[in-house]
Amino acid sequence: MNHLVVLIPIALGLGLLGLAGFWWSLKSGQYDDLQGAAERILEDDDELEPKP
Amino acid sequence: MSCCSSYKFDEAAPTQTNKNPLSVYDKIQEDELRAASREIEDQLLQTDFVVPDMHCVACITSIEKKLSVLPHVRKARANLSTRRVSVVWDSEQGNGLEAIHALDGLGFSNSLFTGEDQLSDAMDKKGKQLLFALAVAGFAAANIMLLSVSVWSGTDIETTRFFHLISGLIAVPAVAYAGRPFFSSALQALSVKRLNMDVPISLAVLLALGMSIYESINGGEEAYFDAAIMLLFFLLIGRYLDHMMREKARSSVQSLVQLTSKGGVVVEEDESLHYIPQSEIEIGMRLRILPGERFPVDGTIIKGSTSIDRSLVTGESASISANAGDEFEAGVLNLTGSVDINATSDANNSFLAEIMKMMNAAENGRGHYVRIAERMASIYAPAVHLLALVTFIGWMLFSSGDWKTSLYAAIAVLIITCPCALGLAVPVVHVIGANRLFKEGVLMRDGSAFERLAEIDTVVFDKTGTLTEGKAKVVTLRDLKEKEEALIAALANHSSHPLSKAISQKLSQTNLPGLENPVEITGYGVEAEYEGGKIRLGLPQWVAELSGHVPNLNNAITTAFCVEGKPLIEFQIEDDLREDADVASEQLAKKNLNVEILSGDRQTAVAAIAASISIDNFRAGMRPKDKIERLEALRQEGHLALMVGDGLNDAPALTAAHVSMAPSTASEVGRLASDFVFTRPSLLAVPFAHTIAKRTENLIKQNFGLAIAYNCIAVPLAMAGYVTPLLAALAMSASSIVVVANSMRLNFGDGITSASVTAKPAQQLETAVQ
Repeated sequence: MNHLVVLIPIALGLGLLGLAGFWWSLKSGQYDDLQGAAERILEDDDELEPKP
Repeated sequence: MSCCSSYKFDEAAPTQTNKNPLSVYDKIQEDELRAASREIEDQLLQTDFVVPDMHCVACITSIEKKLSVLPHVRKARANLSTRRVSVVWDSEQGNGLEAIHALDGLGFSNSLFTGEDQLSDAMDKKGKQLLFALAVAGFAAANIMLLSVSVWSGTDIETTRFFHLISGLIAVPAVAYAGRPFFSSALQALSVKRLNMDVPISLAVLLALGMSIYESINGGEEAYFDAAIMLLFFLLIGRYLDHMMREKARSSVQSLVQLTSKGGVVVEEDESLHYIPQSEIEIGMRLRILPGERFPVDGTIIKGSTSIDRSLVTGESASISANAGDEFEAGVLNLTGSVDINATSDANNSFLAEIMKMMNAAENGRGHYVRIAERMASIYAPAVHLLALVTFIGWMLFSSGDWKTSLYAAIAVLIITCPCALGLAVPVVHVIGANRLFKEGVLMRDGSAFERLAEIDTVVFDKTGTLTEGKAKVVTLRDLKEKEEALIAALANHSSHPLSKAISQKLSQTNLPGLENPVEITGYGVEAEYEGGKIRLGLPQWVAELSGHVPNLNNAITTAFCVEGKPLIEFQIEDDLREDADVASEQLAKKNLNVEILSGDRQTAVAAIAASISIDNFRAGMRPKDKIERLEALRQEGHLALMVGDGLNDAPALTAAHVSMAPSTASEVGRLASDFVFTRPSLLAVPFAHTIAKRTENLIKQNFGLAIAYNCIAVPLAMAGYVTPLLAALAMSASSIVVVANSMRLNFGDGITSASVTAKPAQQLETAVQ
């Protein structure tokens, strides 16, 4: 019984953490352009461009 | 991924009408642009552009880079899903036109995104709320299920109580949050004394929750927390899919909407020019219409001459010449010359506004179509309540007044009948169907459109722009001598008139003779001197002046050519049939659908088209009102019609028909009035969409059948009091999985496509990439 008192809150806490993460990602507009996000992986970073 | 390789990034796009050499027009355009922008901070404006040709990462990067380097642009972000670019810029330090020029410079056609902001914001917000509610329900369902599984697998009584307590603590707030869409909709229905599906759902969830709390507090052994929250979870999936599909349909059509005339240029008495929005135009104002622009209101030409494309109004593709004194409707396209008009109506009373009113009237006349899910609910919801009540009364009698046992049995009936499978049955099929259509270039604007399309028995086509391509093409060039051909080609090159372009495309462009003094006479044609004599190409009557003979003019769209003193050469000019029009009409006929043509064009032209695709039933010379009347007559005879049309003149008919379809080349109003929009040139999209709709209908019926079969087994068990929480959870998941799996079959097994059968392989490849 004792270990349950510790483990269940930990499990729930981790779940809530995930939920909060999802809430944040939703609020910060990460689901606004799913198609664009998929394509942007291929975008080259400016910093890595070879110098002339 | 080479979809962008066809772009020439260094080439300016010639397609933009809003690029004018005159700086005064730049000023006007800038006013228009600022009017469409949103102010987000002091001096900072956000302007959205619709860029329909964005396809991949190369497009996004080049657009964002090019815009970001402009000194006054603070932020530029491209959204590939909505095909929009939003630019935040400092209105004090520069003008917004530079952004348009930058996009033009990259070769992307673009237009200002205006309007519908509030609606799309609201839809967006609702979607996010649903998604988060789904996440909350998912989190709660997963955790409660873990605890429930432990209980089911056998725990001592103390642990059971402890677990129930935790489950309750998770379930109550989760249900309170995730159940809101259902509770509010149920309350709404009850407040107008109606029953919808959300009433038994809310009742089942709340009763199950209440009973479980009571049980947990009083040390009972059975709790339905998992059933209550899982029910919400499954139903929210259905809701979200439904919402997502509507949202996608709406935004995809919107991104196709190009900016048309939203205002006009007023000429003041001192000849200065101002841009004003359409709503501020008053009767008597003098407006200037440039070539390539549409009339914002009805008006009489007071200065200048031009040719006018009235196809939006009449459906006829031939342009007509216009001079001072001629009156035109709002929406007609000015082709060749700049004219000043005297406004004879304001925006609320123009021809366009009349059409809108007709559409609204037709919409009301259509009667509110009751969606299949709602029809099911209207039978299902009372039945569920009745069953639960019967169970309760039966148990009260049977157990001689043990209200607790009776209530539990009744609640078990409510939970077990609760329409998880029914809630998923329709949206899942619709989403898969819409995706299938989307891949084949058909966009759907409304979920109930599938259901309506499956019911039709008649297909009504418009001619111009639907069965035909809506572009003039030369069909007869009688045996021309080589020299004549060269002369005609040279002359045609001096004109920007669409007919001249069509002619010049048909002729070879080699060894063209040099012409002297070529002039384009607006409304008549082109004239030039060659070897001392005059030559003309254009309106037959005018050209005939050179030959000295009165030409034998028939009604067909003609143009003529003549060398002074020689006989007249006439061209027959007609519309080309749309790709696969014949195959499509044949396929529709094979499905036992009646096919009809309603056109505003002349009898002879319609008869020719009808004959070429073997349709016997056609009516010509139909005005918008006549088309509505014909559809009404069909309805009276008990026929449900699919209307396929494109023009503004078809828009009322598109609204009046049971279901409607338009090509993406259609006028903005036509697209917005129709339920489906097909983006490929081939007309095969029509039979394709119908086949998919039929299959969708079948699958929905099968799903309902499955759900009912499941109830036939589960309800007697529940009424007899044999349902435990474990059984309820299993039954719920199993029925949902079966329904979803069945719906997935829509993706396979028919091998049909809307891709053109006659198109060249290269074209097919292109459409496939898109």
